[in-house]
Amino acid sequence: MDPKTYKFDTLSLHAGYQPSKNAGSRQVPIYQTTSYMFDDVDHAAALFNLERGGHIYSRMSNPTVQVLEERVCALEGGTAALATASGMSAIFLTIMTLCNAGDHMVVSSQLYGGTVNLFRLTLPKFGIKTTFVKPRDTEGFKKAIQPNTKGIFGELVGNPGNELMNMPEVSNIAKEAGIPLIIDSTYQTPYLCRPFEHGADLVVHSLTKWMSGNGSSMAGILVEGGTFDWMQNDKFPTMTEPYEGYHGLSFAEEFGPTAFTMMARAEGMRDMGPCLAPQNAWNILHGLETLSLRMEKHCSNALKMVEYLSNHESVAWVSHASAPGHPDKELAEKILPKGTGSMIAFGIKGGKEAGAAFINNVKLASHLANVGDARTLVIHPASATHSQMDEATLKFAGLSHDMIRLSVGLEDFEDIVNDFEDGFRAAKKPRLVANK
Amino acid sequence: MKFKVRGIDTFASTGGRPFDKNKPLIIFVHGSGLSHMVWVLQTRYFAFRGYSVLAVDLPGHGLSSGESLKTIEEMGDWVGDVIGAVGCKEASLVGHSQGCLVTMECVAQHPEKIKTLTLMGGASAIPMNPELLKLAEESNPKAVDLMMDFAHGPAGHFGGHPVPGLYHLNVGSMIVQNKEIKDTLGVDFRACDNYKNGPEVAKKLDLPTLSILGAQDRMCRLKDGKILADYIKGSEVKIIEDCGHMMLLEEADQTLEILKKFIAEHYPLPN
Ligand SMILES: Cc1ncc(COP(=O)(O)O)c(C=O)c1O
Repeated sequence: MDPKTYKFDTLSLHAGYQPSKNAGSRQVPIYQTTSYMFDDVDHAAALFNLERGGHIYSRMSNPTVQVLEERVCALEGGTAALATASGMSAIFLTIMTLCNAGDHMVVSSQLYGGTVNLFRLTLPKFGIKTTFVKPRDTEGFKKAIQPNTKGIFGELVGNPGNELMNMPEVSNIAKEAGIPLIIDSTYQTPYLCRPFEHGADLVVHSLTKWMSGNGSSMAGILVEGGTFDWMQNDKFPTMTEPYEGYHGLSFAEEFGPTAFTMMARAEGMRDMGPCLAPQNAWNILHGLETLSLRMEKHCSNALKMVEYLSNHESVAWVSHASAPGHPDKELAEKILPKGTGSMIAFGIKGGKEAGAAFINNVKLASHLANVGDARTLVIHPASATHSQMDEATLKFAGLSHDMIRLSVGLEDFEDIVNDFEDGFRAAKKPRLVANK
Repeated sequence: MKFKVRGIDTFASTGGRPFDKNKPLIIFVHGSGLSHMVWVLQTRYFAFRGYSVLAVDLPGHGLSSGESLKTIEEMGDWVGDVIGAVGCKEASLVGHSQGCLVTMECVAQHPEKIKTLTLMGGASAIPMNPELLKLAEESNPKAVDLMMDFAHGPAGHFGGHPVPGLYHLNVGSMIVQNKEIKDTLGVDFRACDNYKNGPEVAKKLDLPTLSILGAQDRMCRLKDGKILADYIKGSEVKIIEDCGHMMLLEEADQTLEILKKFIAEHYPLPN
């Protein structure tokens, strides 16, 4: 006897949506509205007081956005989700829901540059401090925990160095300390990894990337695993103690496995307001329909790319967890059995100048500050995404001047190779063509 | 709120309002392996409308201490004791699934204390599939997956939670999985399977009773819910279309509307 609940590909097409409740519309409608009619004053009061479910105002929730939330939640195996205007706002909202002034976070040092800035520069303005730990330094995570630490945050495969954080072990450290583990799973998508199955308690995504795949819309999401017991210690008073904003409601007591998301929506969305536009939610949903198909091709193209680059005379080194000799290969095989994603970093011989020449001379690959588009993307992090960092921080984040970051797209592999050959050719004589 | 029943720490959600023993009391009793959390879309409403509400966690469940009670009879008696433990003399009861058996037993054992009875997704007997029972008693998480599959109707399987952002199947699953499965779900399933007094108890009930049934219920089928209602003198029956066993969440608004009308008529607030 096996449960007949829907599986991954079916969920990516259907979860969170019922045509019969939407005029039979097969595709999810775009509810382009700010607000929703109340039946009467009693209904209005009940909605405002979280006595009943439903929509009030699109800053808090919207029916199109709700479908996206449930769909991602279903794919991740979570209990609840909250979609946001961007990946950054999902991370910000998560930390602001988790922490108060005076609190502390332990954070992997290999992160998207914007996230590094958030933890390093912006959160301290609100009295939230961070200790950064290198992703492979599992013991370091443990040592960095202080009495006021409220969580551990990391990307499973660090950006852009492709170093893996040992999620199962770090999750044990978090459990021992009675704090949640939060994983930014943007690079994996639930197709490659479902962090809740490896001990994560909260997952965030920039849906701007692979989840949508179409490079059309900004979006982010927070997903709750429902695993974390907020009442196990006195570290999370805003979750466990009566909350003034809702007549003394204790979120942990009342909502249990969905308490964090309920709090993030009721307080965070209400007061900070980074809500997702329904049109953008729809664009992301459209992409999600083909998540499995796209991720399969992203990964197979990436594997071919790793082989091509590894054997290329102009390439000094290649970093991808599938690459021969990658120090995290074994861990990757365990927690990322379907593939380690389509982000590759490589060093180009000739250093910074050669890198610039390469970037300036590829034509199919797009030079831009995004990842996870269906199209192949390239960038030189030291001069773009991570350019706000000083030399020391750059090094700590695992960056070097010769590094090119590549997000492998879904084009025909031969076409990408032909394009790269043009880039490498130009890179051999950088002085002639660097500033074409 | 935490209070003692038979000397053991017991938790009940009061629906977000401080408990007041002078207001009419409604007690909500959850189903197998679950907790007070399933009732949030009914309890808060009544708590903010003049009633005192207790969505109890049975012993060993949710936030209550102690060990799970082994029989439906003991659970029914325990619910009767809750009323006195909070300083009240009487209450209305609302049960879901196994909670229907428990609340019926409570009425049978404490008839003087109970004013009205609402049964959601009930049946006069809940025999367990032997394989499912075994999985639950072995703490196999597959038992929870199967339970969530059976408990949700076709619509619930797609989602569409009344609270934006929540996903039915996984919320229910985590409420059960956050406890040791064999100690809660396993014990509860065995208690349901063993319980044979349902028809006799139902035939003797003599109080305003409402049955709310899901047309697509695969846990306690609609026809079994109707048979139970037929045993009960004058029982009202309301059927919710396109809805499975978890009507209190799957169709929370409809469930609340039906319950509101019934409570207003048979258990009104004092003037
Ligand atoms: C891993 C990761 N997390 C978060 C973000 C931020 O997401 P967004 O750009 O949608 O705000 C990015 C963006 O590049 C990212 O790569």
